[in-house]
Amino acid sequence: MLRLKSDARHPVTLEVNDQPRIGHAEPRLLLSDFLRHELGLYGTHVGCEHGVCGACTVIVDGRAVRSCTQFAVECDGAAVRTVEGLAGQGELGILQQAFRRHHAVQCGFCTAGILMSATDFLGRHSDPSEMEVRDMLSGHICRCTGYYPIVAAILDAARAIREAEG
Amino acid sequence: MKPAAFDYCRPDTLDEALELLHELGSDASVLAGGMSLGAMLNMRLVRPAAVVDIKRIPGLKAAIIGSEVSTGATLTQAAAFEHETLIRELPLLALALPWVGHFQTRNRGTLCGSVAHADPSAEMPLVLTTLDGEVELQSVRGTRRLQAREFFVDAMTTARAHDELLTALVWPARRPETRHAFVEIAQRHGDFAIVACAVEAVVDPHDRLVSLAMGLGGVESRPFVADTAAFVGERACPALAQAIAASAAERVNPMTNLNVSAAYRRALVRSLGAQAIAEAFAAKPTT
Repeated sequence: MLRLKSDARHPVTLEVNDQPRIGHAEPRLLLSDFLRHELGLYGTHVGCEHGVCGACTVIVDGRAVRSCTQFAVECDGAAVRTVEGLAGQGELGILQQAFRRHHAVQCGFCTAGILMSATDFLGRHSDPSEMEVRDMLSGHICRCTGYYPIVAAILDAARAIREAEG
Repeated sequence: MKPAAFDYCRPDTLDEALELLHELGSDASVLAGGMSLGAMLNMRLVRPAAVVDIKRIPGLKAAIIGSEVSTGATLTQAAAFEHETLIRELPLLALALPWVGHFQTRNRGTLCGSVAHADPSAEMPLVLTTLDGEVELQSVRGTRRLQAREFFVDAMTTARAHDELLTALVWPARRPETRHAFVEIAQRHGDFAIVACAVEAVVDPHDRLVSLAMGLGGVESRPFVADTAAFVGERACPALAQAIAASAAERVNPMTNLNVSAAYRRALVRSLGAQAIAEAFAAKPTT
């Protein structure tokens, strides 16, 4: 059985965006803070820190989850995808391009989390309805856009992905 | 908001977990998906000396379907919803799951965790209570089962002893010819229910009511189950739905909080309850 003392920092290994990464964490360190302050991945944003606003959403072992309500030590050995992993060779991915086309970004605070949720969601729903997209977005708070351009971008990205996959 | 310091323990087996809970007693909090506990820790509403992470214990993720249905401690809400056999066996659970939090929290939150947390507005305690399910509790002292109605004691308070682990929810097997509905009002989808209503009805071929289980969440400090025996034998129609809901609305003792008065909750029991019962009457029965 693993037992980690509260007042010590313990090694945590993650596969982040297909790269092995090692950092150190006290048991109470949130995954969101580990990604930002230990690994320097500031693309993941931190909003409410109780799982409501969705800004910190990342993909852990293939599923979009909140990084603010789990601890780095819990995730030791997990595969994590963050927003930094979406633009493969320095070019925006299909979903990111759709966000740009539809002006689905204003201040950008919520964007990284929504992109990660939508990445997981579109992997499971290749042809979603507007209602399904809005239901998925109920787990995110955006105070700028009124959601319309975000919904349009995700529906457009779904179309583009279907076309790309023929 | 960051948690206070805690030791992190990750037992490899169920026996190790039970030994640890025995050793730590009230100093420990059990962590599965963390969708309730994580927020409580971050807000320092709880400050356990140790967190016991049960996620990697083999066997606790299982859904076992036989003469009754058992869902294990680490089965996530998303995995339950994707489990076709389980969803076919528990149609009321299938209707309720999309109301639990959001897609992103269901990916990690567990059925058992929601029951163990016992928020008065939560859907999983409501569905388990409405279906007259049970919880399985294990400790070094042994295994016991409790009816959901006995398990939920008060808001965020259950009959679980500090050294016990909620290892499974036990659901009655699917009953043929049952009809179901689940409706809820919240400030936004995925937010805490102001009132939620779960219904399982049996109606005979002459449209007479044979039985009706109606559970209400968010109204009192724990799920409320309406007494509907007086309506058995009546014709299952929208007017009967209204009469049953009106009767429940008279009997509940609703909570008041900052946003929602007791009177509003009572009015919702009347209208939402009637809607849920009428939906169940009109639903296709199970085979």
